[in-house]
Amino acid sequence: MATLSDIKRKIGAVKKTRQITKAMNMVAAAKLRGAQMKMESFEPYATKFAEVLGNLASRIESDIHPLLVKKEKVSRVELLHFSGDKGLCGSFNSNLFNRAKKWMDQEKDGGVDIGLTTVGKRGRDYFKKRGYDLIGSHINAYGNVDISFVNQISRGMIDRYLADEVDGVYMIYSRFLGMAKQVPTLVKLIPVEPPVAEDEEGSGAEVEYLCEPDPEGLMIELLPKHINVQIYNAFLQNETSEHAARMAAMDNASRNCDDLVESLTLVYNKARQAAVTAELMDIVGGAAALKG
Amino acid sequence: MGKLHLEIVTPEKVMVSQEVDIVVAPGTMGEFGILEGHVPFLSGIEPGELRFSSGNQTERFLVTTGFSEVSDNQVSILVDAAEKATEIDLERARKAVERAKERLSLDRGKEDVDFLRAEAALKRAIVRIRISEKIN
Repeated sequence: MATLSDIKRKIGAVKKTRQITKAMNMVAAAKLRGAQMKMESFEPYATKFAEVLGNLASRIESDIHPLLVKKEKVSRVELLHFSGDKGLCGSFNSNLFNRAKKWMDQEKDGGVDIGLTTVGKRGRDYFKKRGYDLIGSHINAYGNVDISFVNQISRGMIDRYLADEVDGVYMIYSRFLGMAKQVPTLVKLIPVEPPVAEDEEGSGAEVEYLCEPDPEGLMIELLPKHINVQIYNAFLQNETSEHAARMAAMDNASRNCDDLVESLTLVYNKARQAAVTAELMDIVGGAAALKG
Repeated sequence: MGKLHLEIVTPEKVMVSQEVDIVVAPGTMGEFGILEGHVPFLSGIEPGELRFSSGNQTERFLVTTGFSEVSDNQVSILVDAAEKATEIDLERARKAVERAKERLSLDRGKEDVDFLRAEAALKRAIVRIRISEKIN
């Protein structure tokens, strides 16, 4: 049986753990707010971009640029995998790994080779350890991502696609659907499938733009940017998801600490009472013997 | 005086959203100006100087690549980055160049440095310096 001081020490330890998880919870909450704000300020850009691209796509042939053309034989694809730089965020990272693994196993069964690029320390370590074909990794990138960094990533992919080194590019990131819901999502980046222009308010007649250079030339310029927009969006969503997941995990941990402290305190009190009773019995017994 | 609504949007934020009289932007096929009543118009944007006037006030911005859309007296400029010309910090840009160069000179196999990022930072700083020197 654990002695009184043992239990007391344990209670102290759990309380300290709770301090840490509580602090991490608050830090995650603050970072989440920042990440969410970034996501919101990206929205006007993304919306406008999709609008213009959709409009252009509806006016041109779908095979004017190799980035739009599906390859007939697919033997090697690339995957851009997002995960967190840190752990302690519940099942956030492992969800992303499982999603990727499932997909990669499927592709491999179909005879397709996969080259992997990871964003996030966790992903890099995970896939390196398991011997996947890691062609690149980016760490500590969240929080200071800008479009020119994204541009570098996407340019490499586009170059490899155009040079016929790969026949498709996909990415997996965690989509932020709400505080309690983050879903690992697979997105096809190349070949590009332009967004379909949504007919707003059913206006029917599309605006006929005067284009400079021509619609085709513009499309060619916009296509790599479209990929950038998607990757940038993935960065923001993944970052927000990570913080939300960590916040939830730490909230849970703090609550578990509370429960643990409560039940340990019960055990402690019981043990203390037992000790007092035993001592009392001793004294009473001793007194009775003296009276004899 | 005709009024146009100008919006300069970057992925980070909406930089400018205001009524203006004229916008002059660096298009892929040369500089172009937009006044009220322009036909719907799409054009790529090259890195360079964008200026717009409202009344007798003219403001200058440095923009990087992107595109512009004009419809219904609404001008949207979507670029990777934009900065007020007067707010370019030359000193900072020069320092950024040095920092990036230093990181790029490290051993590629060993150090835990993201070379792609350093390279991107270097390019960005160089563009900034070039445009800032051209404008001032």
